[in-house]
Amino acid sequence: MKKLSARRRHPLAALVVLLFALAATGGLYTAFAPAGEAKAEQESSKSLAIEEGKKLYATGCSSCHGTGGQGTSDGPSLVGVGAAAVDFQVGTGRMPAQQPGAQVPKKKRIYDQDEINQLAAYVASLGSGPSKPTKDMYDPSGADVARGGELFRTNCSQCHNFTGEGGALTHGKFAPDLGDVDPKHLYEAMQTGPQNMPSFTDGALPEKDKRDIVAYVKEVNSNKSESPGGFKLGGFGPVAEGMFAWVFGLGALIAVAVWVAARTAKAKKS
Amino acid sequence: MSSQGPDENVSDENLPAEQESHGAELAKKDPFADPGLPPHEHRIQDIDERAAKRSERTVAFLFTLSMLATVGFIASFVAFPIDQIVYVWPIGHVSALNLALGLTLGIALFCIGAGAVHWARTLMSDEEMVDERHAIAAPPEVREKVISDFKQGAKESALGRRKLIRNTMFGAVALVPLSGVVLLRDLGPLPEDKLRHTAWKKGKLLVNENTNEPLRPEDIAVGSLTFAKPEGLEEDDEEFQKEIAKAALMIVRLEPNDIKDKRELDWSHEGIVAFSKICTHVGCPVSLYEQQTHHVLCPCHQSTFDLSDGARVLFGPAGHPLPQLNISVNKDGYLEAQGDFDEPVGPAFWERG
Repeated sequence: MKKLSARRRHPLAALVVLLFALAATGGLYTAFAPAGEAKAEQESSKSLAIEEGKKLYATGCSSCHGTGGQGTSDGPSLVGVGAAAVDFQVGTGRMPAQQPGAQVPKKKRIYDQDEINQLAAYVASLGSGPSKPTKDMYDPSGADVARGGELFRTNCSQCHNFTGEGGALTHGKFAPDLGDVDPKHLYEAMQTGPQNMPSFTDGALPEKDKRDIVAYVKEVNSNKSESPGGFKLGGFGPVAEGMFAWVFGLGALIAVAVWVAARTAKAKKS
Repeated sequence: MSSQGPDENVSDENLPAEQESHGAELAKKDPFADPGLPPHEHRIQDIDERAAKRSERTVAFLFTLSMLATVGFIASFVAFPIDQIVYVWPIGHVSALNLALGLTLGIALFCIGAGAVHWARTLMSDEEMVDERHAIAAPPEVREKVISDFKQGAKESALGRRKLIRNTMFGAVALVPLSGVVLLRDLGPLPEDKLRHTAWKKGKLLVNENTNEPLRPEDIAVGSLTFAKPEGLEEDDEEFQKEIAKAALMIVRLEPNDIKDKRELDWSHEGIVAFSKICTHVGCPVSLYEQQTHHVLCPCHQSTFDLSDGARVLFGPAGHPLPQLNISVNKDGYLEAQGDFDEPVGPAFWERG
């Protein structure tokens, strides 16, 4: 105790106390915070799913999107967005949104898949829109990766970069990194055009083409993607690579040269 | 360097009587005397033969390591198949061949350099040597010789006497550069009106770049983004790249009520509008479309255009709005162009006006 008290005026003492306080607050919050929404029981009947979805909607969504999904000044109308949009927005944790801002970011998802299906059923009942894709529509295995790459470079790379690393847009908006996004969510994003992303409807980009694109993204940008040359440096292309070579490569050479010259070889150090 | 006290550096300009005696005193001490070279100091390797041996072994070790690395390079080249991928932390899934070649060649080159530096610093002679500069001007006798040689040469060439030779030589030397000037002609021919026209013509269908099928209005939903090329332009055409660079088209659909520009509305079909994809600043493909704001951003210099207001420039260095293509629907229900763009697409040029 004496040792501790002797160190209380140490310059780092305040930092240590702050870290302890933060850890304690966070820990207590996790321990006592209300657990996630009660899990609704799985309902087989569609109308029951809609009923359940309506209840979830009233609690979680209506404050911004209006009680009947008609939209308010805080959130767009959900009439006609379809089940696919709900599955994407809620499934990636974007909805419910944490705060208004330039763009609603991806975060830990709050509802489980059953609840998402109920919400989707309710929103789909408000007006017809794209329904959730089935697995054979987005399953990347067996799709044409090369054609997917061609389509990706025509339709997607302007915002998401050539290998789906993402990029900046105007006023704080951005195209997110597509690495390790669920194939289903990739498909739904193309289908529905979430937030400021334009949609790519089946008329302009047929179902098979979307599957090829999903396969391409999975091939080039996932934690299993090969990078034969070594460090990808963010996959931003020659500018980032050149910057790295000039700043770090040349910097290391200069540092070594300075180090060699600064050390004297004389027996008597002066 | 300076061993004088601070008081001796104080300016004494305003005290002439004092300055005189002071200056005399300074001159006596000669503050700018050449200090000469410092005494030579030996390195440990110059004094201790065992240390020198140690350095020798270090240098030899580095050179040997380099030899081994080169052998390793050759061995990896033979041993690793070109498509073998290994996981190496923290690099990731990397080609085994690339990694092995890079590492071994890196070690081989680095060890030669490190060995040479260590050799030079610890074992080669480190005696300081003085090499005085010589005067810039050549000695007078050399100058005299050069001038007399030149005069003699001029006299022997008889250039002043044989005027025919002199004049024809001047002519030949003056004409030679003309061949260079004539070659500049190959920079041409002038583009004439190629910059003002694209492959779009009245009646040409808008063909989807993804499917290669002509587009119908119902293929294009509000909030979607589609790219089109003119009918008849195929990817394996010889002129494809040249033509698509001017004719590239992006199509979006807005709610007709959202269109603020009167002409844009007139040239649209049920809210479907078609704009050139080529930025009017320096010609980058500009298609970073935000469907809620209807803004389109150029990735090169952040020029931003408002597609709901005649592609007006909102921000950035672009000088003109993006040219719009007048479109409508033909009797078979396909989207078609009503003519070419009415202004040149892409960056401004001198004669554009």
